[in-house]
Amino acid sequence: MSGFTLKISEALVRRIEAHGVETFPYECCGALLGRDDEAGRVVTELFALSNHREDSPRNRFEITPEDVLLAERTAREKKMDLIGWYHSHPNAPARPSEFDREHAWPWYSYIIVSIRDGAPKEMTSWRLQDDRSAYDPEAIESVAAGAGI
Amino acid sequence: MAVKVMIPTPLRAYAGKQDSVHLQAGTVGEALSALTGQFAELKRHLFTEDGRLRSFVNVYVNDEDIRYLQKDRTKVKEGDTISIVPSIAGGSKF
Repeated sequence: MSGFTLKISEALVRRIEAHGVETFPYECCGALLGRDDEAGRVVTELFALSNHREDSPRNRFEITPEDVLLAERTAREKKMDLIGWYHSHPNAPARPSEFDREHAWPWYSYIIVSIRDGAPKEMTSWRLQDDRSAYDPEAIESVAAGAGI
Repeated sequence: MAVKVMIPTPLRAYAGKQDSVHLQAGTVGEALSALTGQFAELKRHLFTEDGRLRSFVNVYVNDEDIRYLQKDRTKVKEGDTISIVPSIAGGSKF
């Protein structure tokens, strides 16, 4: 096991699922804001973004560098860290694809939610290994909203 | 020319935990080459195995995307800031 854990409230998990349902059958995407320190990595806020892949939005997503800068600036203004990204896999498993791996950096948490026929199914989180060869799974730990986050 | 390269948070672990690095360079290409020469582990996250900038890695001089300038041949001047910004891409299709 990798030992990585991502803490997130049930309410934010429901919001990621709802975003995936809203954009189904297209992929949704957004930023994970929170903090990463000795106490661990915690998502405290979401920043929903638009999928800019107009040619194949059912199985691809893209967040532009302008939106990445906007998410970074928003995190900084809120004294948070931009700790990762989420996206949905419509009618596909919540596992990172080869395409996901080629377009990732280590350190970020990558949440994937599977949406089957318009209903949310499994949610997973991943971190790219240092040598870019594979992802390590990251455990998702549900925490009560306001419980120290 | 002395330029500053801003290191994005996910890559700081490969750059001595620094958020910026000061380098001597005349072009963006020289700056990135000096950066990855100094911090070899950064290279695989910025460049493909055949030495091209990864498609999701965007480089700016001050606020200008080098794709709309002269790409890696874009000249830099004293005090310029080079930023490395990813596009976030992915999807379910293998």
